Amino acid sequence: MTMFDMGDYGPYVWTCFGLGLAVLVFNEWQARRRHKRLFRDVQVRVRAKEGEQ
Amino acid sequence: MWTFFHKLGSPPHFYRLSLLFSPWLAIPGYLLIAWGTYTGLFVAPEDYQQRDAFRIIYIHVPAAYLAQMTYAIMAVAGAIGLIWRMKLAHAVAAAAAPIGASFCILMLVTGSIWGRPMWGTWWEWGDPRLMSALILLFLYFGLIAMRNAISDTAKADKACAVLAMVGALNIPIIRFSVDWWTSLHQGATLIRRGGPAMDADMLWPLLANLLGFSLVLGAVLLRRIRTEVLYRERRKRWVRDLVLGSEAA
Amino acid sequence: MPGLAAGFLAMVQRDLLLVWRRPGDLLNPLVFFIMVCTLFPLAIGPDAEVLRDIGAGVTWVAALLAMLLSLNTLFLSDFEDGSLDQLLLSPQPLPLLALGKTLAHWMSTGLPLMVVSPMIVLTYKLPTDVVPVMMVTVALGTASLSLVGSIGAALTVGLHRGSTLLSLLVLPLAMPLLIFGARTVSLAAGDEPYFGGLNLLAAYLVGALALAPFATAAALRISNE
Repeated sequence: MTMFDMGDYGPYVWTCFGLGLAVLVFNEWQARRRHKRLFRDVQVRVRAKEGEQ
Repeated sequence: MWTFFHKLGSPPHFYRLSLLFSPWLAIPGYLLIAWGTYTGLFVAPEDYQQRDAFRIIYIHVPAAYLAQMTYAIMAVAGAIGLIWRMKLAHAVAAAAAPIGASFCILMLVTGSIWGRPMWGTWWEWGDPRLMSALILLFLYFGLIAMRNAISDTAKADKACAVLAMVGALNIPIIRFSVDWWTSLHQGATLIRRGGPAMDADMLWPLLANLLGFSLVLGAVLLRRIRTEVLYRERRKRWVRDLVLGSEAA
Repeated sequence: MPGLAAGFLAMVQRDLLLVWRRPGDLLNPLVFFIMVCTLFPLAIGPDAEVLRDIGAGVTWVAALLAMLLSLNTLFLSDFEDGSLDQLLLSPQPLPLLALGKTLAHWMSTGLPLMVVSPMIVLTYKLPTDVVPVMMVTVALGTASLSLVGSIGAALTVGLHRGSTLLSLLVLPLAMPLLIFGARTVSLAAGDEPYFGGLNLLAAYLVGALALAPFATAAALRISNE
């Protein structure tokens, strides 16, 4: 349990590491999501145009 | 070798090649962070004065480093884009801003949380490093706001490049503020005369995290630049072929 | 072709003449400044102790806000009637013209603020020997603000909701000024050595004088392509 307590600084230390993890995960996830969305949008638009011709 | 870089500047080539590079940055990066975090949390000995609270350093310092480095990347990319008219450079600058802002926020929040037990305060108005770090965050916000405000991509690129370069003066101020003024914040720990002021057992996880975070930044940045390139070139032939040729994203 | 000095002075003269014809450009920021300074005692109460503590800071924040307000119009009227295009085509170096406009702007906004600032010293119950320091810091600070603000004004001229963006861009750059300026006056009021702060303000101004005109010129070209 002392591992988790971090000498009474537990809440401070774990919040920071949790935030760090959150930022890393968020950046990764957000980057992928943006790309996927844009790809799909462009695909739809291009297919529509090709369909017209 | 030179042709390689030259090719990299061309959007379709960059789009393809960046996909190959990303894992080489991401995987070592995350592994380093995992090792650095684990070692920093559980293996490194506790600090003489700060005891276990000092472990926040393993998140705070990498975040601070990235916040500043990303801004520098943005400013340099903007300058390259302005001077040499490289479109890709502008894409780099556009992609970097939100990531840099996120790390800037992480730096400020973890710094504040660390400050509470150590200095007894969540925030100290008038502390030179805290103030210049806050200014960095506002510079990021300004850049993002400006990019959103200008609809013409080329114009937005140039305006943001000028703004980024003007704000770049803040970076050395952040770095040296603790030397020039009295501050709650401690002075330089790593890059100083006489070598790093840290025990080896504490230092290695920090270096690992610094490198790991940087590599991960590179990987995420590559992905965002790809998206940026895709958007900017969306009407070009190569994008049309790419998008028609694939089944899904 | 007229020389550089002649071109520069012509620019300054023209802008000052425009302000003369539109006194609102001078009066509005000034009145705004005075009103903001009145808001604080109204909201916080007239306790002399409190006012004395916040006087330097309030004056500076009010001056900053007044300057921001006026920076919007720095290039706006020229943009709207097409004179900006003419300036861009002029054989005179654009940074010099930008510097000229900025000087005229400071003379019509910063200088009046400097003249009025002693009034705030008195009404906020600060010691009267602070007046010279207050005036000098306001003069130096507003000059730097005009310079740095002109970059933001050039970047945002003609943009939809440009004024809010202008404030967002200029404020981070203005924060060091605020810190130095207000601190200097506070130190002077408390009879402590304040020359460090004055030096920093002067240094900021020198740096801004050297760099801002070029950034403003570049920004003008970018905004007007």
